[in-house]
Amino acid sequence: MKAEGYSALHEFWINLRAIPNHVYRAMFRGGPPKTDRTRSSFIFGNVFLHLHSVRTHLWSLRWSTTMGLGIMTTAAFLITLVTGILLMFYYKPYPDVAYQSIKDIHFIVPTGRFMRNIHRWAANVMVIAVILHMARAFYTASYRKPREFNWFIGWGLLVTTLGLSFTGYLLPWDQLAYWAITIGANIAQSPREITDALGITAWADIGGLQREILLGSDKVGEEALIRFYLLHVMILPLALVMLMAVHFWRIRKDGGLAKPANADELVAEEAKEFYPVFTDAPTKTYHLAAVVKGKTSAVGSGPEHTVPSMPHLFYAELGVLMLTTLICVALAFVSDAPLKELANPLVPENPAKAPWYFLGLQEIVSFSAFMGGIGIPMLCVIGLGLIPFLDREKEGTGEWFGGPGGWKLVKWSIVVGFVASIGVEAFAIHFGWLREWFPDIPQLFITFINPGTVLTAIYAAYSIWAVRRYNSTRAGALALFTCFLCGFIVLTVIGTYFRGPNWDFFWSPSDWGGH
Amino acid sequence: MTTHPSEKRSRFDPEPMPRRDFLGLAALGSMAAAFALSIFGMLKLPKAAVSASPAKKFNVALPDTLPEGEAFVPPGRNVAVFRDADGVFAISTVCTHLGCIVKTSAAGFDCPCHGSGFQKDGTVRKGPAPTPLPWLRVSKNGGVLTIDEEATVKTGTKV
Repeated sequence: MKAEGYSALHEFWINLRAIPNHVYRAMFRGGPPKTDRTRSSFIFGNVFLHLHSVRTHLWSLRWSTTMGLGIMTTAAFLITLVTGILLMFYYKPYPDVAYQSIKDIHFIVPTGRFMRNIHRWAANVMVIAVILHMARAFYTASYRKPREFNWFIGWGLLVTTLGLSFTGYLLPWDQLAYWAITIGANIAQSPREITDALGITAWADIGGLQREILLGSDKVGEEALIRFYLLHVMILPLALVMLMAVHFWRIRKDGGLAKPANADELVAEEAKEFYPVFTDAPTKTYHLAAVVKGKTSAVGSGPEHTVPSMPHLFYAELGVLMLTTLICVALAFVSDAPLKELANPLVPENPAKAPWYFLGLQEIVSFSAFMGGIGIPMLCVIGLGLIPFLDREKEGTGEWFGGPGGWKLVKWSIVVGFVASIGVEAFAIHFGWLREWFPDIPQLFITFINPGTVLTAIYAAYSIWAVRRYNSTRAGALALFTCFLCGFIVLTVIGTYFRGPNWDFFWSPSDWGGH
Repeated sequence: MTTHPSEKRSRFDPEPMPRRDFLGLAALGSMAAAFALSIFGMLKLPKAAVSASPAKKFNVALPDTLPEGEAFVPPGRNVAVFRDADGVFAISTVCTHLGCIVKTSAAGFDCPCHGSGFQKDGTVRKGPAPTPLPWLRVSKNGGVLTIDEEATVKTGTKV
């Protein structure tokens, strides 16, 4: 049907010229996002943006609330995603060939070395940011009802992130990679330490099964490489993306970030700058066509202390994205991702070290494979996941070091955490451990009584004391989490800087000597 | 079995379980069963029935000049072969802790990865290794030794 007064051909010409404008308008269901109302409608109707709430509380936008750590983790992930896909153009997951393809990427492929460096640094930034982000959520008591499940999802994201790092480690097929994976696979096999001691390995060889599934063979070879590749580029990223979607969605559905009860008063000064709330009166009203359990998070609170997410929140997010990119690119400029000699199954590196964030683990693994590699980490991981269900108090939600004890307790926990871990390590390094004193001691004693388990027991005892002292589960959680964070730092530093050939103690890597 | 017309249920009488509900539940149940079975089938895939690996049995001839107490490591193998007055024996050099390759030293064997130490006969001297280094079966065939990396023998067995 042609319009009045024009020939169809003329109208075709008009339509042709109007294509850019019409496509632009068709992109936005509620009209171009130029007013607060159309921006809200844009966020609400956009499949990617609707994970955000359309308005954001001023408290959430404060730097001190989140320090942007969650967004930084996400940004680092996006950077690894992009650079990882680029690296896949050249990488070939087959032993020896893999090593050559990494060399090609490093020396021949245009920007290849740079992309690999960025990938590697972004992965490191992601690990650091995700740990700090978890610490932030913990210390501000943001895991409490109704956010327990989101803490749980975040916990899954932490584990997946570490899994991604570890699987990426094998892919270059150099000495570092080969021996890290050999050790990793044997940690998976270490339940044998228990089944052997009990004499039931022949019937219930859980460890052997885990190792075989992981490696697809009885040794680290082509099957292991393709499995780790599959995990690294497909299974774990898919899991991560799905968990991320739920994680972000739940932030909105749980009523935004956790805030202190008096958050509105705290931001009252800033809120005065944002007026009017709506620049455009709503043209329609809506009602919720669903039965909502409990009251929704916005009931009883007006939009007075919130600002439109677009642009305020988006600017903050893009700022963190730019900062993260800058950090990764700058680090990639100054420091190359390592590539050692081609993997040699006959001669391990000496010392053979895992990536830095696993060196704390390697330190306690050097006391007992099972307790260090599986027992204590499982305890930590399960304990972390259950925090929101074990601490169901209300005091201090949304405040830094909120809850009974507060900063004073955390301060003392830092002292206890450092003193205990350094003390236990110094004792074990200086005096040795049970086997040096009693050569015939049964293995089960070593498995259950070693510096790692002793340290765990000290931390647990201190935390139980904190629960009783402050009569609060939150106080116990603060003590335990802080202690483990300190222990993680101490063990990681010792594993990184003070362990040399044969995992002996050295004051400095320059004392390692030639070999 | 036929039903007498008088026993025929009126369509106003409710059945003990309505037919639709029963069929619905049966359909859901069979779907759940199919789902569970297919997951079980998929889980079987990653565990290979046969895994490719080089032969674990190999032949080696010791050099005549090998001094007592010094290890001979056959090329490409993680095994240390010794000869003394009582005979020949082979000890695996794969650390029983986490699978690194131990190196012979004055005290016996030392592992570079986590500091395990073993005596000259493979028993644990220090560190986290849970079990001694296993001794491997050696059979003599003229001047040639056949060593089986998969067959362990009692510590102290010399041929």
